[in-house]
Amino acid sequence: MLRLPQFETEAPTSLSQALALLEANPAAMIVAGGTDLLPNMKHELFTPRLVVSLARVNELRGITQQKDSGWITIGAMTSLEDVAASEVLRSHAPALAQACGLVAGPQLRTMGTLGGNVLLDTRCQWYNQTYFWRQALGFCLKKDGTKCHVVEGGSKCVAAASNDSAPALMTLRAELVFASVRGRRTVPIDDFWVADGIQNKKLEPGEILVEVRVPPTGPGHRGAYGKLRERGSIDFPLLGVAVRIEVDANEVVESADVVITALQARPLRVQRASAMLQGTKIGSSEFEDAVIAQSLQAHKQCHPMPNVPGDADWRRAMVPVYVKRTLLAAARRAGPVHHV
Amino acid sequence: MGARDKHGPGAPWGDAQPGDAENKAFQVVGRPNRKVDGLAKATGAAVYADDIVLPGMLHAKTLRSPHAHALIKRIDASKALALPGVHAVITGADMPIKYGVIPWTPDENALAVDKVRFIGDEVAAVAAVDEDTANAAMKLIEVEYELLHAYFDPHESLVRHDPPIHPGKKGENGNISKHVDLAFGDVDAAAKDADLVVEDDYSFHGTTHTPIEPHCAIGQWSADGVLTVWSSTQITHYVHRALARVLELAPAKIRVIQPCLGGAFGGKSDPFSLEFCVAKLAMITRRPVKMLWTREEVFYAHRGRHPMEMHYRTSLKKDGRVTGVDAKILIDGGSYSSFGLVTAYYAGQLLTGPYDFPSYRFDSTRVFTNKPPCGPKRGHGSVQPRFAFEVQLDQAAEKLGLDPIEIRRKNFQGANTLTVNGQRITSNGFATCLDEVERASAWRDRRGKLPFGRGLGVAGSMYISGTNYPVYPNKMPQAGVQLKVDRSGLVTVFTGGNDIGQGSNSVVAYIVAEELGIPVDNVRVVAADTDLCPVDLGAYSSRVTFMVGNATIDAARKLRAQIVTAVAKSWQVEERRVRLIAGAVIDVEDVTKSLTSVEAFHLAEEMYDTLGSTGAYNTPTLGGDYRGGTIGASPAYSFTAHVVELSVDVETGRITIHNVWIAHDCGRALNPMLVAGQMEGSAYMGAAEALMEVQELNRFGLHAGPSLLDYRIPTAVDTPELRALIVESLDPEGPYGAKEAGEGPLHPVLPAISNAVFDAIGIRLKHLPFTPARVLKAWNEQGAHAEVAAPDASAGAR
Repeated sequence: MLRLPQFETEAPTSLSQALALLEANPAAMIVAGGTDLLPNMKHELFTPRLVVSLARVNELRGITQQKDSGWITIGAMTSLEDVAASEVLRSHAPALAQACGLVAGPQLRTMGTLGGNVLLDTRCQWYNQTYFWRQALGFCLKKDGTKCHVVEGGSKCVAAASNDSAPALMTLRAELVFASVRGRRTVPIDDFWVADGIQNKKLEPGEILVEVRVPPTGPGHRGAYGKLRERGSIDFPLLGVAVRIEVDANEVVESADVVITALQARPLRVQRASAMLQGTKIGSSEFEDAVIAQSLQAHKQCHPMPNVPGDADWRRAMVPVYVKRTLLAAARRAGPVHHV
Repeated sequence: MGARDKHGPGAPWGDAQPGDAENKAFQVVGRPNRKVDGLAKATGAAVYADDIVLPGMLHAKTLRSPHAHALIKRIDASKALALPGVHAVITGADMPIKYGVIPWTPDENALAVDKVRFIGDEVAAVAAVDEDTANAAMKLIEVEYELLHAYFDPHESLVRHDPPIHPGKKGENGNISKHVDLAFGDVDAAAKDADLVVEDDYSFHGTTHTPIEPHCAIGQWSADGVLTVWSSTQITHYVHRALARVLELAPAKIRVIQPCLGGAFGGKSDPFSLEFCVAKLAMITRRPVKMLWTREEVFYAHRGRHPMEMHYRTSLKKDGRVTGVDAKILIDGGSYSSFGLVTAYYAGQLLTGPYDFPSYRFDSTRVFTNKPPCGPKRGHGSVQPRFAFEVQLDQAAEKLGLDPIEIRRKNFQGANTLTVNGQRITSNGFATCLDEVERASAWRDRRGKLPFGRGLGVAGSMYISGTNYPVYPNKMPQAGVQLKVDRSGLVTVFTGGNDIGQGSNSVVAYIVAEELGIPVDNVRVVAADTDLCPVDLGAYSSRVTFMVGNATIDAARKLRAQIVTAVAKSWQVEERRVRLIAGAVIDVEDVTKSLTSVEAFHLAEEMYDTLGSTGAYNTPTLGGDYRGGTIGASPAYSFTAHVVELSVDVETGRITIHNVWIAHDCGRALNPMLVAGQMEGSAYMGAAEALMEVQELNRFGLHAGPSLLDYRIPTAVDTPELRALIVESLDPEGPYGAKEAGEGPLHPVLPAISNAVFDAIGIRLKHLPFTPARVLKAWNEQGAHAEVAAPDASAGAR
């Protein structure tokens, strides 16, 4: 079995204690469910001296919907399984519930948290490996080295955003709330990402993600998530497609949004979703033509690289298929799109 | 001499018929009895190698080569040795004697001597107070390498041998591991006279075993110079021999014990570096030493299924009869021989059933490359050629307008026959296997008639129940068993057989219970401990139930004879009237006469002194009279037929298997639950190799993803319905008629998937694996013209 490097832990019981620890130890790392950090530590990708666990910070757990505004607040420590099973989210934000229900497998979803998934480190087949393995290749751009093995001669890390929750939250226009000893900061999730595989998030020192806020959706909201992966469980996405369709009382599309992950360092929004789908009635041939047009637009925009495992050409060929299937699934209030 | 020739008084079960599970004559055999270690495993009480902790035990780690092919110019371990907590560092110089599981090809070192041959090859080992210290010490060992040209393409190894991967190897090309060229009958004449010749190329990509338990060994050196090694091995006896050879110790000073094993599948049937390292480190430090490999290290140790490129030419008559098969096979062996000599033979020798063909030629060449070494994996050597041939047979059926099951029936060789390469076939239930899968899958109503995208495919196969070839030449029994009787009525069985989860210890207990008429709970099995148990050659080639089973019957009947005689004398009746059954001994003609088993054992002990017996099994003389003729010669062959039902999503290329019907002729199911488990497990593993699993190396020759995340074995949700249909042909030489069930049922699933894809979407998949990306590519290349309008595949999304 791989060994964890030596480190110390703190397990505060309140957010303020956790923030104080982080302020006093700027190099400390936060562990929530541990399903991302601990394997990465075993691979010596991170070797923090101090790890601060949020496991006992109960104020960060739970899903609540504000009665008046309809905003849904999800504590960052809420387990992915709880997000997936939440009735509120299944009806108001189906894409998010579906995406969280397809993260890894049941055991990992029980441990893994929504906050942890939003902050998931980018992934690459040349990076998520042991020290021995990486050393045999002279390491890579993202960690300990200067070469990129995905793009030979490449100077920019292209490790892939692999969090299923991120594209779903983007279609929902969600906000991330961070806390530090200096106060709170709210960031629209669209503005959170950077196209850099080494660090694809604008995270400030001393900050903890405390909650994810989802704006209200109405009865015309349709959402779904499609996930391409090898197995029916456990695997990270080879492609993740989140869609949102807003329809009026006659099921005519008012707006639409398609966001795809597991391509590059940040999730990517497919252009002109609203422009193409607007005004078409769900189930009509115009709607289906617009779905095809949007899937072809996605194909034009998306160029999967051999950063995550799986045949990159096939992943590209699957872009329009999964965009089409996920849009159709959302339209008929179905989903997720997944092969099992 | 076969043990069956020496059996004592007649069988205690009368004339049980195949499939007659309710037959009153059997008390234990044929019933779904619990495994003897089932509760221990289910409750976590079972002791695996890594559970063993000894006082003062050190932990060891292995330093591995980061280069695929290089000379070692210098190793400096002084900084590592200086690290507090480090007790010893060893390198190849400490154990320079080469070994290999096949005595003719000793080309491995416990730690690399002079050169490394793949990324992950073992270079040095450290023993320290704990794992972290050992890991830290490894980073302090300085190794200077001189890089050599590395071979990743087997075609290159075929023609180039400078630099050789194994210098000094005899023959022209140091990169050729083994070449076999055998011909039986005239294949060229068969091709000339044929009504149809099908010729094509096929390939298999390479997979590994992924036992859930990684390899682990503990070495202990006693003050009086006795070495004990506990190891997660499936070949205790060969590890014993290899340790003696490499460590230059008298075999009598070495004890090897196999604890409970968490899966092997052939991946633990070589002597491995860690066994020598823990032994040597224990001898140096005088402390017990444990080494547990990481999952990554298990992928480097590999010994998995060989990649093969296969060219087949089959000649047939109009009616579907096969008249000749001509095969040329290139085998990528990786960096060491392992069982490679046998692999090169098995690739050809094991194809000559269940079909009869009058002419056959195979030319198979195993080459070395700078990759993790390949070896035996469940269905050793024959899964790949079986795939090629069974797809080719389907292609022939298509061209001749024959039903794929009919063409297989047409060529069925029958029972009690001799194959073209001189193998003796005894029992043969293949025709029944075909009937069973045809019936269960509703083949006649559905094959060729399902909607586009859904299809049925069939394939057959044959496998050995052990082999005549004892790895090292000797005339002693292949399997020995010893029985000891306690005055409590407990019978202890000592067997060298390796239970690797297949349930061989349970089978031994069932047999003893059956023969002595006692409950299974009153039999205890002590296995795979070289100090305590008579030799068995190990758990490979599906030999254990057959050979250890026969040895157990032999031993139990000798003991039974003593008890029967003692009781008969005491009762003054004829021996034939004495029956041992259900914990009692009864007179079948006088209900007033009965004893408990314990009373009967006491009577016998009074008459014979301490009770005990030994039993043995050796194969009869088998095999063709030519070089290699005994390799693949088995006392009995198992037969299998599968029908696979699947769907293909032509938009994504993804194959979804719905059903696998597995009909397997196991001779007799000694425990139908365990047999069905082996059949399901085999089909699961074969389907996984066809659809998902790839032992893939990247362009540097480094394993692309040596973890259970990146090497994808199917989860429960990826596993199709597996339907075991047990066929019993009652082999004349197997224990109660039993044959193997652990490897044969793997073979047909791979070609049956390809054949079902043809039924579903009309394209032939000839190159494994059938990952969605590759299936989609094949569909785009071949399918566009095969089917004009595929229905909207989005229906496949759920």
